[in-house]
Amino acid sequence: MTAVATRPVSTRSWLGDLEDEAIHILREVAGQFERPVLLFSGGKDSIVMLHLARKAFWPGRVPFPLMHVDTGHNFDEVIEFRDRHVAQLGVQLVVASVQESIDRGRIRETPGQSRNPLQTVTLLDAIAANRFDAVLGGARRDEEKARAKERVFSVRDDFGQWNPRNQRPELWDLYNGRHRPGEHVRVFPLSNWTELDVWAYIEQEGIEVPSIYYAHERPVFQRDGMLLAVTPWTQPRDGEVVTTESVRYRTVGDATCTGAIHSIAADVSAVIVETAAATISERGATRADDRASEAAMEDRKRQGYF
Amino acid sequence: MPGSLLRVVTAGSVDDGKSTLVGRMLHDAKAVLADQLTAVEAASERRGYDGADLALLVDGLRAEREQGITIDVAYRYFATARRTFVLADTPGHVQYTRNTVTGASTADVAVILVDARNGVVDQTKRHAAVAALLRVEHVVLAVNKMDLVEYSEPVFDAIVGDFAAAAASLGLDTFTPIPVAALAGDNVVDRSTRMDWYAGPSLLEHLEQVEPTRSADVPARFPVQMVMRPRTPEHPDYRGYAGRVEAGRLRVGDPIVVLPSGHTSTVIGIDTPDGSMDEAAPGRSVIVRLADDVDISRGDLLAVDRDPRPAIVRSLTATVCWLTDRPLRVGDRFALRHATRDVPAIVDAVQSRLDIATLKHDQSDQLELNDIGTIRLRTAEPVTVDPYALNRSTGAFLLVDEDGGATVAAGMVASDA
Repeated sequence: MTAVATRPVSTRSWLGDLEDEAIHILREVAGQFERPVLLFSGGKDSIVMLHLARKAFWPGRVPFPLMHVDTGHNFDEVIEFRDRHVAQLGVQLVVASVQESIDRGRIRETPGQSRNPLQTVTLLDAIAANRFDAVLGGARRDEEKARAKERVFSVRDDFGQWNPRNQRPELWDLYNGRHRPGEHVRVFPLSNWTELDVWAYIEQEGIEVPSIYYAHERPVFQRDGMLLAVTPWTQPRDGEVVTTESVRYRTVGDATCTGAIHSIAADVSAVIVETAAATISERGATRADDRASEAAMEDRKRQGYF
Repeated sequence: MPGSLLRVVTAGSVDDGKSTLVGRMLHDAKAVLADQLTAVEAASERRGYDGADLALLVDGLRAEREQGITIDVAYRYFATARRTFVLADTPGHVQYTRNTVTGASTADVAVILVDARNGVVDQTKRHAAVAALLRVEHVVLAVNKMDLVEYSEPVFDAIVGDFAAAAASLGLDTFTPIPVAALAGDNVVDRSTRMDWYAGPSLLEHLEQVEPTRSADVPARFPVQMVMRPRTPEHPDYRGYAGRVEAGRLRVGDPIVVLPSGHTSTVIGIDTPDGSMDEAAPGRSVIVRLADDVDISRGDLLAVDRDPRPAIVRSLTATVCWLTDRPLRVGDRFALRHATRDVPAIVDAVQSRLDIATLKHDQSDQLELNDIGTIRLRTAEPVTVDPYALNRSTGAFLLVDEDGGATVAAGMVASDA
């Protein structure tokens, strides 16, 4: 990242305010914790968070590693992007594998069920094994109603649990990272960003994201109101018809629970137009994991999920 | 694309219809998406409600939805053609006042709701006290449920008069009263056609127009978050101080005093990865370079060397909001978190407690949960503070439980500290 033209103070937009806030938060993490880690999935939010971390610690390097909790059920384009991006930046990547957790008997897989909820055990094991004390996540409050109640610095007890009834008040921009041994703090620098903000920032900063965020032709089929790609883990069942459609992804998670949307938005400005006009929320369109119940996200978060 | 970011806190008593107001604002500003509305309609039907209960848009936790109340601050985001909003929706219950304090601490505007049928109640005064104490720049009195008082002007005027009296005794000089009916949508986004006697803006129109100043006109304050010494091939000798401009405008050429050491120097550069700048406004995260090689580390404060300067103190008087179940008593010990610095602190005296009903300061030797009071603190090391009235950031602090790490008090340095 080299210096470019000066941006006058007066023309800074709301994106500048959000960027300043996120950089302040990231520097507080470096200042307050011994062993932070930045969760990096290759999804757009974690890419933006990493971009902000590079800006926060410029002209030095990002002073902590990245970690991907890998369900093994990934989109090829995302893993390719992850590895190339990490190599380009010369940052350290820890991969915490759900498959290994299964192999070691830490979790049991239910055939036909998504591995998405299994990630919690792998994540908590990796946090304990690496003695991470601050875990930076790209979750945003606008994504989901339980996340709307989340703090920027959010303490997890020694079981990794979130207790929404007993959260620390978070005042001014004084972030309190104190915790007991065995506890850790989840930190969300993008708390105040919306999906549209993330895309506007990707455009402003010229940030590269995996190609599956843009419209492309892909064989898909309908299931439970979602448009699923044909992958080794998501195969059409009897009566499910595979057609090739122009689609893109609004979120990128485990391939078994992430749906595509019909789209012809082939570049970032088209995605912004489409996002601004969307009548369905980001997770509502694409995430089976939130559909289990009214409080599905809260319940998973209580157990230690992202 | 929308312009600046405005932070708004909403506060009201139980059943003032605050969640409905927020839901209405999101809905009418087209910030609610079809699937969210469908989910709310389905949840409303399961509960046997008539029509969609917009409060369910914002009450996100299981317990909140079960009890039909708001327990914790919820943050909501929406944008209009004019600006982007971050809305902190805070619960009205007495026991959750700590959340109102939390929401107010970052707000540019506080919207205080009253039920037109009930008028100004103790909770309203508490919310006004919190807004005054936390020095939220703009206060709106939203008199809700005007539909239930037949959109009556005298009812509205009487409530505004009562609120003005309470506000005056709290030092809250100006506020903007708006009559609304959140359920029906009057004066929330669109102007009401049922209150011809009111010529002012709708709530959203008002929020689009207010301009926060955010302490831009005081001498700059810059708490150091970290020292940047990359020692890379491209930047072998770079040394700068990373932080956020917390007040004032910091300019290249400004004389600087480093606190608490008292060393002085001059700003020779303000850097960001996007380029260097001559001036950084409040809120900007930047790196500051100084002319001299002075000993500076995280926790130090850079201040423009011009009056008013921060005070270097080992004891201070402050107003605190007590945020935890265990009472605050003389002799209690905490970690005091101020800007980027943590120092041990001991409570030397509890001087008074604010009685919310009378808005008078009583004698008290302890503070209970949600109490607002004045205390005297002694610190193990010097802290460099401004009066909160001068500058929110360098006048604010937290008291943190040294064992568990819980945030137990929000503190504001008194003007005669």
